[in-house]
Amino acid sequence: MSNGYAWMVPLLVLLPLIGAGLTLAAAGRTAVQRVVSVTALSGMTVLAGVLLWASDTQGPQVMFVGGWAANEGIVLVVDRLAALMVIVSTVVTLAVLAYSIGQGASGFDEESDGHSPLPVFHPTLLVLAAGVTTTFISGDLFHLYVGFEMLLAASFVLLTLGGTAERVRAGTTYVLVSLLSSIIFLAAIGLTYGATGTINLALLSERLGEIAPGTAALLQLMLLVAFAVKAAVFPMSGWLPDSYPTAPAPVTAVFAGLLTKVGIYAMIRTQTLLFPGSPFSDLLLVAALLTMIVGILGAIAQDDIKRMLSFTLVSHIGFLLFGIALGSTHGLAAAIFYVVHHITVQTTLFLVLGLVERVGGSTDSTRLGDLARISPLVGVLFFIPAMNMAGIPPFSGFLGKVGLVQAGVAEGSWLALLLVAGSVLTSLLTLYAVAKVWGRAFWSENARGITGQGPVRGGHHDALGLGVLAPTMALVAVGLTLTVVAGPLFDITTRSAVDLVLREPYLDAVLGVGAEAGP
Amino acid sequence: MSVNLTLILVASVLVGTGAYLFLSRSLVRALMGFLLMGNGVNLLFIIGSGPAGSPPIVGADDGGPMADPVPQALVLTAIVITLAMTAFVLALAHRGWQVGRDDLVADDTESARIHARAEADDLGSEPGAREQAEEIAAETERSERGHHGRRDEGATDEEGGTA
Repeated sequence: MSNGYAWMVPLLVLLPLIGAGLTLAAAGRTAVQRVVSVTALSGMTVLAGVLLWASDTQGPQVMFVGGWAANEGIVLVVDRLAALMVIVSTVVTLAVLAYSIGQGASGFDEESDGHSPLPVFHPTLLVLAAGVTTTFISGDLFHLYVGFEMLLAASFVLLTLGGTAERVRAGTTYVLVSLLSSIIFLAAIGLTYGATGTINLALLSERLGEIAPGTAALLQLMLLVAFAVKAAVFPMSGWLPDSYPTAPAPVTAVFAGLLTKVGIYAMIRTQTLLFPGSPFSDLLLVAALLTMIVGILGAIAQDDIKRMLSFTLVSHIGFLLFGIALGSTHGLAAAIFYVVHHITVQTTLFLVLGLVERVGGSTDSTRLGDLARISPLVGVLFFIPAMNMAGIPPFSGFLGKVGLVQAGVAEGSWLALLLVAGSVLTSLLTLYAVAKVWGRAFWSENARGITGQGPVRGGHHDALGLGVLAPTMALVAVGLTLTVVAGPLFDITTRSAVDLVLREPYLDAVLGVGAEAGP
Repeated sequence: MSVNLTLILVASVLVGTGAYLFLSRSLVRALMGFLLMGNGVNLLFIIGSGPAGSPPIVGADDGGPMADPVPQALVLTAIVITLAMTAFVLALAHRGWQVGRDDLVADDTESARIHARAEADDLGSEPGAREQAEEIAAETERSERGHHGRRDEGATDEEGGTA
């Protein structure tokens, strides 16, 4: 056990925040903004890689901000899970940034003043990255809340870029739902402090066992509700398909990849660390089942591919919740693996949809047609992640689902077995939903779509420049690589899950080092 | 631990009225609701911090019990965050007024269209549902055009204002 790399931990947040300040100061100078943003995110990727290695070989890296001990100040903790989440989210954000740069001015036609993309895009994306990272590395409940608010504020701006009527409508729903979940989270923190006298996660995990079980259950339920709204768990999922599809393609891609998974991460962290042996695992299993089924049925009904993907996003949150609800090492390991897969695949699909929109001028499957002949490359780029999401072997989606199914069977209760059946059904229905839009948009012979109306506006002539193709292809490749490195990746997620279930490594790292660092 | 009943009552009244306002379709009313709920929750922190005491400042100790400084720091942070969120929601409401001349949260026409179409499929020969679906589709088209029209109008208004 060594804490030698802890100095790197705050840099994960500082880098993007400094980048955000610089890009804001350089508003209007697009070239400077691009260089700064790419540098900041690349730097984060490198740091996250080093920290993943360090936390895997030397135990969790703990940073006491300002030198305060755990019970007085904020603690930043990077264990395997946090490092893994940071590295995946940063890679995905970097790809989205590259895509938006590759789009050039033309991609933000509606938002820009004609010659440059909206100057606020780069700083906001960096603040979003900082907020997401903050939630991943936070060892303190209130600091987690601050991270949430950072990423929410940034996401509000990104979702309503340009302020068109449609985006204002979608943004209003999103903003109000997010604010409500923040209030619930804040109230839960207040009650937690009142009940235990601390908001440090490590100390809480010791003290929550000592208070009345009813009080602990109330706190757990409030935290679960707050995170479930952010993670779009049924029945708190209605806001997601309503708001995501209206944003520009890169924004939807980064939202789909990261925001709901932040809620899932917060659930994993609090459920394992604060409330082991949770009395609500049956409740979570039922919620997972309903999320899967209701989400995927919604996806089948959609004509618009963006909306269809938003519904599958909700549906597959159910898989993650399934793993969390099981709470076993197997279940958590599979859920963490699935998070990594899901972040990559959802982001890729929304980026590819951006390409579809550029080629076909629309994402409405009834207005598109014959795309596989018009642009075979986009067809391939859509097909691979779509099959990956549906869970066709040998893609990583299949491996993640097999892991979850095995964990469910190992659990053996009838509810877990029902969930296993539900997840298999959901996979098949995902395949159906994907095949439906594939048949309409890519294979139907009528290039003007089945309604004959055709796209609302023509596609761009230079629709498939290298600038947008390269990041998308890179992400598709990352998705495929997950299959290749599935063995080592599953080893890491299993080790993370073991640590999560044991709790000692985390507690020792925070409280043990805290005793040395304290006065 | 004894708690201050007045504070609890005030906090619950704030959260209750806030929740009521939050359910409104008007964005500004919902914002007021959010502010009231936020203040109610801030009071919750103060309640949770235990009995009142002297200010938690080094050197200002008068020998009596000191108030817990941590919740005060948390509440300060929460207030700042609430302020930022309020600023954004006000900007959003202003923009909504510019583009739509309306403060009400609109329905999602796409899901209404799909719902009506599904009903039409289920009922088959029933003419009412199919008509309804077409009506909603037409309504969507209209409102899209309407929004564009109004947006242009809003833009000229702005130009008129700045000129």
